[in-house]
Amino acid sequence: MGGQVKFIQGNEACVEGALYAGLGFFAGYPITPSTEIAELLSARLPQKRGIFMQMEDEIASICAIIGASLTGSKSMTATSGPGFSLMQEALGFAVMAEIPCVIVDVQRGGPSTGLATKLSQGDVNQARWGTHGDHAIVALTASNHQDVFSITVDAFNFAETYRTPVILLFDEVLGHMRERLEIPQPGELPLVERLKTALPEGVDYHPYLPREDGRLPMSDFGGVHRYNVTGLFHDMWGFPSENPSIVYGLMRHLTDKIEHHVDDLTRYKEYYADDAETLLISYGSSARSALHVVMNRRQRGERLGLLELQTLWPFPSELVREKAKNARYVVVVEMNMGQVLQSVKSAVDRPDKVSLANQVDGTLITPTTILNILRIIQGRGV
Amino acid sequence: MGTREYIRERFFPHLWCPGCGHGIVLNGLLHAVENIGLKKNDIVMVSGIGCSARISGYLDFHTLHTIHGRALAFATGVKMSRPELTLLVPMGDGDALSIGGNHFIHACRRNIDITAIVMNNRVYGMTGGQYSPLSGYGTYATTAPYMNIDPDFDVVAVAKAAGATFVARSTTYHIKQLTDVLEAAILHKGFSVVEIMSQCPTYFGRKNKGGSASDMMEVFRTRTTPIASKEKAEDPSLIERGVFEDREAPEYCEEYHHIIERATKGR
Ligand SMILES: Cc1ncc(C[n+]2csc(CCOP(=O)(O)OP(=O)(O)O)c2C)c(N)n1
Ligand code: SF4
Ligand SMILES: [Mg+2]
Repeated sequence: MGGQVKFIQGNEACVEGALYAGLGFFAGYPITPSTEIAELLSARLPQKRGIFMQMEDEIASICAIIGASLTGSKSMTATSGPGFSLMQEALGFAVMAEIPCVIVDVQRGGPSTGLATKLSQGDVNQARWGTHGDHAIVALTASNHQDVFSITVDAFNFAETYRTPVILLFDEVLGHMRERLEIPQPGELPLVERLKTALPEGVDYHPYLPREDGRLPMSDFGGVHRYNVTGLFHDMWGFPSENPSIVYGLMRHLTDKIEHHVDDLTRYKEYYADDAETLLISYGSSARSALHVVMNRRQRGERLGLLELQTLWPFPSELVREKAKNARYVVVVEMNMGQVLQSVKSAVDRPDKVSLANQVDGTLITPTTILNILRIIQGRGV
Repeated sequence: MGTREYIRERFFPHLWCPGCGHGIVLNGLLHAVENIGLKKNDIVMVSGIGCSARISGYLDFHTLHTIHGRALAFATGVKMSRPELTLLVPMGDGDALSIGGNHFIHACRRNIDITAIVMNNRVYGMTGGQYSPLSGYGTYATTAPYMNIDPDFDVVAVAKAAGATFVARSTTYHIKQLTDVLEAAILHKGFSVVEIMSQCPTYFGRKNKGGSASDMMEVFRTRTTPIASKEKAEDPSLIERGVFEDREAPEYCEEYHHIIERATKGR
């Protein structure tokens, strides 16, 4: 470390992370609680000769970043629930056409206009299944500004490595809270740059033919290779195909390229998880309260631990099973009706020992509330 | 070079019905591109979804076949990142003006240097003949069996009102004019809209007793007239063809470049 220190909002930490990762193009449409990302980038990107656009809506925003990405730019948009809903069809296009890009959803209460200025973690499953059709997706989160920064860098790296859209699921508290951020020196965090084909002009280039390591080298639009990009099932040249073996092959590829790399894609933190009798599993801002409870109770000798998930999709089932193995109680702390709870239940050996400690009134769950719920779960009364 | 050079021959025969007007648009467009002498590597064609949108797959440019109605938004991202490229965006009437209407008016307003081609057959061809916002009151469609009561609007008037700096109309009957206006549109610096009245004999024709493709094109001949012609004065119901708007205004990519200059001054 040893870089510039700032006292800033989480949204700005995301902006700093994106710029560090090499963001070149941003398009967005204002919506609370994500708007500061657009405002800050409207100032910062032109200074780097990058492009900032305020589009006519969120659909146009995500479409524009996909177009920009095809020319070789690292691209991002930012929104909240209602806008994220509008983006779903184009998100599926980016999945199908394998276009690297980053979509930030600073979650607020839903459904509908919901709670415009209050927090929730209600979009976890929308991130997973919001767009139609079978597919795999990468969605990441964090609970403090230093991690918001580094997970944003990870998001760009994963997008390039796996040629995929990556979703960053932050929330209102994280986005607006002010906290210290130390910006790493250039080179301190690894950056994945666009993998471009080395094939010269005139040699048949296959935009959708994976190399042996599974990666697919790209060629910028406007470069020497002309090819087709489509949301239809397509062959290795990008041309539409309904041939069953091509359709099946592409579906497998789109799923396997993510699901077979869960280990590489998993980011998490753990606090006293190994000998925990009660293991909390949380993520995003609710993990802050969960961590507070764990630290506090450990001082009193209670065997409480925390597994903080930063990768929500693909769900790190192996990790969760392993960490939950010896715990008597597994308690998922989240700000929704139990979206990660379901994944945890299917991951562990004994789903009956998994409970939910949640809060869905638009305010952050407090350590006291978590503690009270824990006492009930443990049969000790409030 | 010859227009054949621009085609991906292995994808022929094309999927359009016999007599479909969209192939004539393709023909005119390729002649326009050839006349200008554009290089294939410098052209990006972005399309949405529809029979018209399938035009992109047949052409040996950088081609991006996107989702219904959003082609202009994708194209905006490409153009802003690589302003030196030529962006061609062919769209159906439903694609451009129904689901994509919002993107259409805002692309006009920004005056970004993209050529939008509206292949207007007054019907949703791809989905089998439902009425579009361009079908017009009194027409019939698979979703208007008793009669369509939706009024249409004038693409040219919408484009002009929204700020497009080049606006033209032609038909598949007037292949020479079609080629000329497309050429002028591509050369124009700023957002260009070319509406091309195209025939869908399979659905619009059949539902509206339009007869064969050639009958429908005959109507394009008899029911249209050059802008401000004597015939128009005598019969105001005739549809005008030609260039309705051709003016200079700040182009969006160039304006953005000034923003970069402001932001980087003294840095
Ligand atoms: C979001 C969405 N809604 C509906 C459709 C179905 N759809 C495909 S093409 C089309 C209309 C095509 O009409 P037009 O744009 O006029 O093109 P044409 O086929 O007439 O050339 C529709 C409604 C779709 N693909 N996506
Ligand atoms: S359905 Fe109509 S628009 Fe579509 S290919 Fe056939 S004739 Fe052309
Ligand atoms: Mg149509």
